[in-house]
Amino acid sequence: MAINRESNSYTILFAVVMVVVVGGLLAFTYESMKGTIKSNQENEKKQNILQAIGIAETGGKDFDRDAAQEVFYKYVTRRITLSYEGEILSDLPADSIIDSKNKMDAFNIDLRKEYKLYGKKVIKNNKGSKEKLAAGLAAEDRIHYPLFVCEKGDSTFYVVSAVGTGLWDDVWGYLGINSNCETISGSVFDHKQETPGLGSKVTEDWFQDQFIGKRILAEDGKTRLKLEVKKPGNELNNHQVDGISGATFTGSGVAEMLERSFVVYQDFFDNNPEFKK
Amino acid sequence: MAEVKEKEPLFSKKNKRLITDPLNDNNPVTIQVLGICSALAVTVQLDNAIVMSLAVTAVLVIGNIVVSLLRSLIPPRIRIIVQLVIVASLVILVDIVLKAFVYDVSKQLSVFVGLIITNCIIMGRLEAFAMGNKPWASALDGVGNGLGYGFVLIVVAVFKELFGSGSLTVPGFEKFQIIAEGSGYLHNGLMLLPPSSLILVAVYIWIQKTRNKKLIEEH
Repeated sequence: MAINRESNSYTILFAVVMVVVVGGLLAFTYESMKGTIKSNQENEKKQNILQAIGIAETGGKDFDRDAAQEVFYKYVTRRITLSYEGEILSDLPADSIIDSKNKMDAFNIDLRKEYKLYGKKVIKNNKGSKEKLAAGLAAEDRIHYPLFVCEKGDSTFYVVSAVGTGLWDDVWGYLGINSNCETISGSVFDHKQETPGLGSKVTEDWFQDQFIGKRILAEDGKTRLKLEVKKPGNELNNHQVDGISGATFTGSGVAEMLERSFVVYQDFFDNNPEFKK
Repeated sequence: MAEVKEKEPLFSKKNKRLITDPLNDNNPVTIQVLGICSALAVTVQLDNAIVMSLAVTAVLVIGNIVVSLLRSLIPPRIRIIVQLVIVASLVILVDIVLKAFVYDVSKQLSVFVGLIITNCIIMGRLEAFAMGNKPWASALDGVGNGLGYGFVLIVVAVFKELFGSGSLTVPGFEKFQIIAEGSGYLHNGLMLLPPSSLILVAVYIWIQKTRNKKLIEEH
């Protein structure tokens, strides 16, 4: 018997079967690969943190992501979670292995999730006034600020992170700060979906390497400097970097997120002089 | 008695045309003007263009085969939705597999994976070819159109990257700086922006039609 493909019942039956088959297939594939994907993402995060302090061996295409695991514990000696006011909420040493159930572990702080759920709202409600924004962020205790203390040779580095909005969606980054809390030692940026070839260039070395050596504290050791992303082609001073041509919004997003989170870290360093060496 | 029809060889003349036609006479981008959107967006760097071409070709071939196999089952009234579901789930499957096994490639592709779904060449070929042809012919058609699309993309990307940033990026290698900084050539910023692709595609069509007179429409 030939099937009448024009009939309503056949059409509906086909649609139902198709949805069930496709849905089942996708769900099954995702469930069976979820673990691998998650460990890839965690290793990438470790790699980013290590690159921010200039551990060159973790960069490049030849680096095995799984090796990031061991290298991470070798260099990162403390994982600290801060509140906006600089209160230490969690402080874990290198010999405590990252447990994905411990949500307060600095490594497990999901910055992008916190930004999406709470941060964006605070920023939107307090547009235009820096004081109001600071008060709003201080009142929002569901946003955390991870700080990684790293030892490389004899030097100490601090890796801080920031998340903000580019042109289309989230941009985020990890920055390394030298032990005197004055200059940047390295940076890694990433984005969810900035325009390919324009905003997506935040992940390229020429952009990230510009941050190396830039100051967040003036030579007098007191005046705070704001990292700025300028339009390309301008003269740059010791706290400005070249932006990406054709990606003004991505650049201003990067500058905004750095300004917003550096306030927290710089307050913390000022209030805890033992960190400044 | 009816004569037993001789089996068509896998690469018969007709089948070969399925691959060669889209490269020139029936190019999806320059003649059918499909897939222009991604040709504008992903041609700033050569490596993006190459990776995108490969990804589109892969999805096109598999999508063509699947639709061709199901062509006698798909209800005509909802065929577009069915094709869309097939393409979308293929792309999501590819995305998950890439993320799990070749994380770096998936990072590089990032948003392009999603862009594949919106590529009109895919829906166009599914609807125009795979719905009415056997799987093998459909697979060849997918390869041909994928290559035809990729060729235009790569040509445009070479010009855009070379004159826009003075370099060429090949996947798997470092960036090759062809025009050295400070050699007197100032990078052309327009080349980095989407409008320049329109100009380049237009020039491509112009050259193609000059060389291939039968493409010129009669008025």
